[in-house]
Amino acid sequence: MLGGEDGKMKTLKDLPKEVVKTAANVGIEDTEEKRSASFFHLDEAAVFSKVMEDYKDKVELLDIKEALKKHIWLKEYYWKLIDKNKDEYTKNASENVMGGYFMRIFAGQKVEVPLQSCMFISKLRFKQYVHNIIIAEEGSEAQIISGCATTEGTGSAEHVGISEFFIKKDSKLTFTMIHNWSPQTTVRPRSAAVVEDNASFVSNYVILKPVKDLQTYPAAHCKGKNSVARFSSLMYAEGNSYMDVGSRAILEGENSKAEIISRAIAKDNATIISRGDLRNTNPKVKGHLECRGLLIGKESTIHAIPELLAIGEGSDMSHEAAVGKIAEKEIFYLMSRGLTKDEATALIIRGFLDTSILHLPSELDSMIKNMTEKVSEGL
Amino acid sequence: MPKILEVKNLSVEINKRKTLEAINIEIEKGQIYVLFGPNGSGKTSLLMAIMGFPGYKVKEGNIFFDGNDITRKTVDERARLGIGMGFQLPQDIRGVKLIDVLKICAGKKSNEELSPEEKTLVEKFDLTYLLDRDVNLDFSGGEKKRAEILQLLLMKPKLLLLDEPDSGVDLESLRLIGEEIQKYVEKNKASALVITHQGYVLEYLKAERACVLLDSTIHCHNKPEVILEDIRRRGYRECVRCWEGKMAK
Repeated sequence: MLGGEDGKMKTLKDLPKEVVKTAANVGIEDTEEKRSASFFHLDEAAVFSKVMEDYKDKVELLDIKEALKKHIWLKEYYWKLIDKNKDEYTKNASENVMGGYFMRIFAGQKVEVPLQSCMFISKLRFKQYVHNIIIAEEGSEAQIISGCATTEGTGSAEHVGISEFFIKKDSKLTFTMIHNWSPQTTVRPRSAAVVEDNASFVSNYVILKPVKDLQTYPAAHCKGKNSVARFSSLMYAEGNSYMDVGSRAILEGENSKAEIISRAIAKDNATIISRGDLRNTNPKVKGHLECRGLLIGKESTIHAIPELLAIGEGSDMSHEAAVGKIAEKEIFYLMSRGLTKDEATALIIRGFLDTSILHLPSELDSMIKNMTEKVSEGL
Repeated sequence: MPKILEVKNLSVEINKRKTLEAINIEIEKGQIYVLFGPNGSGKTSLLMAIMGFPGYKVKEGNIFFDGNDITRKTVDERARLGIGMGFQLPQDIRGVKLIDVLKICAGKKSNEELSPEEKTLVEKFDLTYLLDRDVNLDFSGGEKKRAEILQLLLMKPKLLLLDEPDSGVDLESLRLIGEEIQKYVEKNKASALVITHQGYVLEYLKAERACVLLDSTIHCHNKPEVILEDIRRRGYRECVRCWEGKMAK
């Protein structure tokens, strides 16, 4: 039974304590008042979906299955940007979809308070398949926090999430995905966005906890004139984590722009593959790709693969990639200001995982800053 | 007069190459001491060795600070004892903001604010607009030097090691830096060891003593204006020859 509107669950606090606590680590507030709308998908089904009273004429939030029934037109958006047959994961997701959310920001509405959604696995070896559709209607603006997590002891669980974003004319959407999986989880997000005239899509990805195997390569199609896509990732991998994370922007509209920035830290035996891909069909475009990696320990691996495919005179694309260890000179500079070696190292790592690349409002920025501080202190 | 710094018979190697040999310097409390010498003579190495940077290996001799032997202490221990170093080419650190470093220098936690007096000093150094920028990254020469000296003043050190505070700096920044250092030294009875080539910063600093470092060792102790004039007229070599002559007598 779906909670929130008319179901049993009155508040997210009614979820098991362990779930609430873990969800908080991926930015999910159990006090719904701090969010304009909240959605919670636990294992195989949605358990909570609620739009706060003040936002009912600004946003719509529904379970995807319910939404597809309610809005016939939504079929036009379902599996529109991602091919069902792309790989075994998309195929499985199309055949076994359990739920997911439909979020719509109504035309012209500026929603300052973030919407939140959580995809949560609590069952042992559970395979979760969800499908989300997000539509920012013309002239709208919103922030979405999307947290995904598992409780401990879920074993070799699997999460496959399909997300399709439609960023309409003159709208602006900032989507921040925060992951916190158990070290045995396999994760396959499949995301794509289309960005129309004068619209902007900011997609942030934060993963600071171990995962068994993660592979994702979201793409933004900047179809509109003056459309903008901005991907930023903060990744920290330790233990035996394997993360293959990329971002792709296809610049099709005149004067469209894209920026892909990533910061990756690999420790122990962890591997991070940091991909970036910028390409264009329209020659009047601009793109920049930047990936920086930091290696800690002798066995850690970072493979940076930045790609540019520029077609036509006038296309302006650049990339920079740098992978290395923490510079001793930086450590000793800070030590000369009185920090111990450990304190200096922690500060440099915290600085490396620079939250300012995410372009978040101050409340969300300090939330993620707290997470990166915990990582840097733990090293 | 009590000494703040005593360098006794100090020999230093970098990558097994002898860089400094049998160095002796004494700096009194409240004194500003100037270090002259051509490029590559070992001036920066001496400051780095006093600050305790790894790679500057002390093979012989000792460094005493405020009466205590600090030869084996780490960089941060020396900083906390009261030695502050202003680098010639300050290190940039991506993601670490100028404000973060200023707070460290002022002994503040990251969630604490600078005091009103400290904020006034930031304003005076005209660095407010750079507070949220990555420290030293893409700063101009003047901005770097102002940020560097401001950091030192917030640390309130007993001894300032200043490596060419007057190089790459515009005249206004130079005056500000020079005047503020002099004011700080006077007010706190602090001391300073200053490297300068042209001596521009000496227009603002009341330096009493100076020496010349050449071929890894020190050759002359005298008033800064006397030495600077000699170097200008006759060059470093002549300075050394004259000193050796005096010593022989």
